[in-house]
Amino acid sequence: MKKTTKTISNKTRSRVTAYLHAWLFGEEDIYEDVFNREERPLVKARRAMDDPHLDQFNPRDAFEMRAFQRAYNIAGIVVCVVMIVAMLVTVSWLPRMGAYYNPNNNEVSERYIEKGMEETGAVNIVAGMILDYRAFDTFGESCVLFSAVCCVFILLKNASSGAAAAAEEDDRIYEPKNDVILQRIATVLVPFIMLFGIYIMFNGHLSAGGGFAGGAVLGAGMILYLLAFGFEKTSRFLNEKVVNAIVCTSLTFYCLAKSYSFYTGANGLHSIISKGTPGDLISAGLILPLNIAVGFVVACTMYSFYAVFRKGGM
Amino acid sequence: MDFIRNFPFFGIMLTMLAAIISLPMRGRAAKTISLTVFAIETLLAASVLIYTVHTGESFVYIMGHVGAPWGNELRAGVFEGLMAYFFSVVMLLSVSGGLKHLRLDIEESKRNFYFVMTDLLMGALLALIYTNDIFTAYVFIEISTIAACGILMIREIGRTTLAALRYMVFSLLGSGLFLIGIVLMYDLTGHLLMENMRLSVELLVLSGQFRIPLTVAISLMTLGMAIKSGLFPFHFWVPDTYGYSTPASGSILSGLVSKGYILILIKIYCRVIGWENLVQIGVTDILFVFGLAGMIVGSISAIHQNDIRRMVAFSSAAQIGYIYMGIGLGTQAGLAAACFHVLCHAVTKPLLFISASGLADASGGSKLFRDLQGSAYRNRWAGIAFTAGAFSMVGMPMFSGFISKLLFATAAVQVSVARMLPTLIVLAISTVLNAVYFLRTVIRIYTPAEQEIQGSMRIKWTQQRSYILVLLVFIALNLILGLFSQYIADAIQLGLSMFS
Repeated sequence: MKKTTKTISNKTRSRVTAYLHAWLFGEEDIYEDVFNREERPLVKARRAMDDPHLDQFNPRDAFEMRAFQRAYNIAGIVVCVVMIVAMLVTVSWLPRMGAYYNPNNNEVSERYIEKGMEETGAVNIVAGMILDYRAFDTFGESCVLFSAVCCVFILLKNASSGAAAAAEEDDRIYEPKNDVILQRIATVLVPFIMLFGIYIMFNGHLSAGGGFAGGAVLGAGMILYLLAFGFEKTSRFLNEKVVNAIVCTSLTFYCLAKSYSFYTGANGLHSIISKGTPGDLISAGLILPLNIAVGFVVACTMYSFYAVFRKGGM
Repeated sequence: MDFIRNFPFFGIMLTMLAAIISLPMRGRAAKTISLTVFAIETLLAASVLIYTVHTGESFVYIMGHVGAPWGNELRAGVFEGLMAYFFSVVMLLSVSGGLKHLRLDIEESKRNFYFVMTDLLMGALLALIYTNDIFTAYVFIEISTIAACGILMIREIGRTTLAALRYMVFSLLGSGLFLIGIVLMYDLTGHLLMENMRLSVELLVLSGQFRIPLTVAISLMTLGMAIKSGLFPFHFWVPDTYGYSTPASGSILSGLVSKGYILILIKIYCRVIGWENLVQIGVTDILFVFGLAGMIVGSISAIHQNDIRRMVAFSSAAQIGYIYMGIGLGTQAGLAAACFHVLCHAVTKPLLFISASGLADASGGSKLFRDLQGSAYRNRWAGIAFTAGAFSMVGMPMFSGFISKLLFATAAVQVSVARMLPTLIVLAISTVLNAVYFLRTVIRIYTPAEQEIQGSMRIKWTQQRSYILVLLVFIALNLILGLFSQYIADAIQLGLSMFS
């Protein structure tokens, strides 16, 4: 009995001090010891001193947490349904697709279609649009790929080569090494895939295709080769340094070449880049080299994504 | 054409080129390139600012040999020059102030990636500031989203990976909504260039056609950018993102990246939709309510923290609330106050993050208040800098925060009573709350420590000369914004008047 009164009076007193304490020190962060690996032992020891029952209680099992989780799921569904309905209603109010009075049938698309070939030298109007009229946007898009590669490297790259080898070994436990069927088929297919990728890249200004599509095909060919023959073979001609050099050179070329063209265009200077005869392989000014640069960036991005996801390096 | 008109384009291309060539380099070389480029960019932006103030009008720069609306276009006026100048200064100072922690927090082999990411961020922010084309804005928003995640997760402790994941989900949701908004706008106007979109929007509003899709498009773009800049109730990614990243990243993310999104939103409001149409549709009312709520909720959450970095991070959520409240007032004066607060927060928050890291260094690396007691005596310059930043955020006269609060209050007095009263009341409450948590921290770091904390040590000024220099420049910027606010406010007014 005596003990209870003492606890109560302690409690009221401690509430006042707890507010003061909270004002001065702030409250505990409940995730602190769950996620923060660095501070874990220290924080845990401190908490254990404050509350000996801590270990038996998982905050996720608390009633409030479960109720919150349920409410969260319901709210998520409601928000999604509302968004879907809102978007469907909006779409029903939009101008009719393909109608002649649409706002986007204006002087912009008219000039792209009618004067595109004359002004850019590219038979493929899309290539003319993305690599000539709006080349700055496409430069941005290539840099998106570049920043994605860098982020994947930051996240997954192994510090030591030993860890990379271990990851590679671990990955191949359930897969046969040097599978004969795969190797034979790859021997036949890979050259054609690569050739096709290069064809798409080089013909971007003449027919459907271009750097993004061609680069994707080229990258797929390289990944198939890697799957069949393993890192020992591919790393003879493609390691991290080479990939970095290719990406770096391609983007630097894109940046400098296009800067020249922007500079001359904006300042009304004469540009030495000639458009050539539309339809020739070597024509359309910068579009062909830019397609090749973009293609290399895309191929290297795909290949390094695969390699880094698989063993944390190349 | 004057040569200075090339400078916006030079700035963007130079930072992007620096990012690209830093990829195969070592950390040290990449660092030198980064800092050099930021310094050059500061000069370029200053020239643009002076040039546009001198000529008194904005100019457009064609990216290529075919003009807009077919090609891309940049546009620079006083507003753009001012923002680019402050952003590049803050970027330069944030990175150089956080260099010591970059060495500690980032693995040797990945250090060059950090500078690749900061260069990309700088380029993306410049492009967001200068672009005159809404799709270019989207492309560079993508770059800044990815690069922001990069500089966050490069400090590889569990908590930052988790924070990066959450930040990425929120950020991508925001980008996605913004993209849908752009697509709808293109479908309705047939243009991506801001001026031409503006003309089409005016026609649509006059004829009353496509009212619903137009409203939805504007709301989606607003929602997307509100999520990405951390407006209440989308501020849940804020504390971990700003609180656990390396100090330089925390400064860049809170000081610049979230502001970049707000600036592009302001640009869209003024140059694409038109201020009157925006007020008529009612977007400003919604922003006003959530801005007010954010001011209170962010501050209350900040009071509850026991960790100095998380407290400063929550205070960012409150400051974003101020900015949106200013936009939500629906007047030019409110918008100008919001723009001033963007600058004020961009120079104050990095100061707080970087000085807090100095205080933590003197307390055995702990960021908890109980360990920080007396840390201002152990690292005097960091203590002074933190106090200056705290005074600015609370709104002490002479510092920039005072002026922005004054501008908000002045703008509020000019609007209807229904908006004036809530604004003034919440402004007052929020100031008191700011004082509660910032002055508590100041008192605490100046209270002598009762017991020795493990690993705490006294840091002398000779050990951290460049760090102190960065802090002093930050304080000076704060004082300049506070003492010469009339010039800055005039420049913002001038820049905003060039928008229409």
